[in-house]
Amino acid sequence: MHEVLRGNAQILFERIENFFDGYFGGADNPLRHLGALGLYFLWILVATGLYLYTVLDTSIEGVYSSIGWLSREQWYLGGVLRSLHRYAADAFMLAMMLHLVREWAYGRYYGFRLYSWVTGVPLVWLAYVSGIGGYWIVWDRLAQFSAIATTELLDWLPFFNEPTARNFLAPGSINDRFFTVLIFIHIGVPLMLILGLWAHVNRISRVDYLPSRRLMLASMAGFLALAALKPALSDAPADLATVASGLRLDWFILFLHPLTDLTSPAAVWTLIFGATLLLFALPLLPHPAAQPIAVVDAANCNGCARCHADCPYEAVTMAPHPDKPGHQIAIVDPDLCASCGICAGSCPSSTPFRSQQTLVTGIDMPQQGVDGLRQQLEAQLANLRGATKLVVFGCDRGADVRRLASADTAALSLLCTGMLPPSFVEYALRSGADGVLVSGCRDGGCEFRLGMEWTRERLARSREPHLRDLVPLDRLQLVAASRREGKRLAAAVSEFRTQLETQSDTARPPAYSRRKTYHG
Amino acid sequence: MAKPAAIVGQIVLYGAFAAFIGYFSTAPTYKQIADDVALIKLSMSHLGGRECRKRSPEELAKLPPNMRAPLECPRGRSDIKLQVELDGRPLFETVMHPTGLSRDGVSTVYKRFEVKAGTYQLGVKMNDNLVNPGFNFVKEAQVTLKPAQVLVIDFNPDKGGLFFQ
Repeated sequence: MHEVLRGNAQILFERIENFFDGYFGGADNPLRHLGALGLYFLWILVATGLYLYTVLDTSIEGVYSSIGWLSREQWYLGGVLRSLHRYAADAFMLAMMLHLVREWAYGRYYGFRLYSWVTGVPLVWLAYVSGIGGYWIVWDRLAQFSAIATTELLDWLPFFNEPTARNFLAPGSINDRFFTVLIFIHIGVPLMLILGLWAHVNRISRVDYLPSRRLMLASMAGFLALAALKPALSDAPADLATVASGLRLDWFILFLHPLTDLTSPAAVWTLIFGATLLLFALPLLPHPAAQPIAVVDAANCNGCARCHADCPYEAVTMAPHPDKPGHQIAIVDPDLCASCGICAGSCPSSTPFRSQQTLVTGIDMPQQGVDGLRQQLEAQLANLRGATKLVVFGCDRGADVRRLASADTAALSLLCTGMLPPSFVEYALRSGADGVLVSGCRDGGCEFRLGMEWTRERLARSREPHLRDLVPLDRLQLVAASRREGKRLAAAVSEFRTQLETQSDTARPPAYSRRKTYHG
Repeated sequence: MAKPAAIVGQIVLYGAFAAFIGYFSTAPTYKQIADDVALIKLSMSHLGGRECRKRSPEELAKLPPNMRAPLECPRGRSDIKLQVELDGRPLFETVMHPTGLSRDGVSTVYKRFEVKAGTYQLGVKMNDNLVNPGFNFVKEAQVTLKPAQVLVIDFNPDKGGLFFQ
């Protein structure tokens, strides 16, 4: 049941993301960068909040008028910043919840991702506490409604000796210190949120702290347009002698209040605690078994640290080599390893040109070793027939390349495209292939975050280990195709074949035969 | 996708995002109660009574000099009985229990009642020591409630006991 639901949600996300890719491209697709987008909105909140704090008068009379002054008298600066604060908060909530649902839909909540998942769940609470508290500071009718509704909800819990809602019983119930405390909470809880976010991303490398510049500018333009067209304004001042009604409610943050009125505090707390427990318990549900992790071969590890640099999850660290004084050796942390094989693709020893009968590399994947990959490639190359022979390398998580295997096409699927050492491209071309097509996930859609990015850079000769200069780039094609884009990949292969057949005068790298060299 | 089409698409999608955020940040408006309704809030926090016994001179003499308090009082507090009537009809009735593991804390109640705006005879009776029969605090008054008005029923011994606000 859960798997069906999750699978359908994943398909839905993939379809929408692919649709968005058509307009934004992978790097600027907001759905592919929800975490970074959320962080960006949080930085807007922090920056605008600092300004709002400086002008806030925390007395009962002053708190309403000082914020109102911003919108009326200083609309060009304070008013705009207040609007940015409001809309960035709403966008943050939206991005956060979408991020949570998307990660669930893609099944990213167990195994090596367990830590990020578990540390992310409390952040939802902190975000809502910050958001709801923020609305109280204005102390208008909406603040009054939210304060009373929240305390009435809290009073259902058996924690308080006296009902906290008594603090908002009648005019005169609250004093100036209430807002001082509120400000401390509204600053303190977001600080806890930022601390929690640091923990949340602590186990991944090269964190996207900010989305692309285009995405930032466009979303900021959207907020500024909203600030101009619909500036954030206060309602009438709070009056505890009357019920606040006809409220312009912020449904992104304050939706719990109507929900409580519609149901009951018991139902809402059951929903909140139930959802929280469910999120924590998700990793305990049945899920695919963990894959074998990367294994380091001490004799073949030269301590170059490329695997350390390329690992997306900081699973590889360097330590003094036990057998080679002055050298280092890669160490794999089993808890952090994603079993993606990107490290094997980064290892300079993972070259098929090595003459060893059995290719042993510095760091390798037990379930799909580099030696096995070479054997597979050699076997398929030997069987290729036809005028234009192609080798297609693909990714188990992207479009299925195995379906493309035919008499003139060899197809090899890897754990992740980032596992492909560039020397295999050269090896395939020099061993009889007319062209090599490398397929991977779309930009921003790599299951292991950086696989496609590293592959692109390695093949573009801007990252080690890079493709050697003797490989003509017109015999190499890189295609981004996600899991459900098999047809698109097939069309790309067909187009590439036609392109190779029509360009007859392109250079070829010198032929090479390992067996001849080895035996000869 | 051709660049102009992509740019138009981006503008439309960013516009939809901004419109979505802009709309749901203040709309649809929410009404907690109907226009012609007022609210009566019953909220009290009060320590129930307790039965203290006067120590006899013999008992006092047996105690150390610094502990010779004339009254011996149990730690626990009495439940508090409360009745609210509107136009002579029962609106709410409860027995409030003391908080705390030793039942020595305040007894509290917090309830909201939505009533049509209008004039009512509001009566509240309270007994804060159930050892004694009847009600030792009674408050009755004719109240006129305007739409959206909040009337608070509270208790404060310094204000003479039960009061409406």
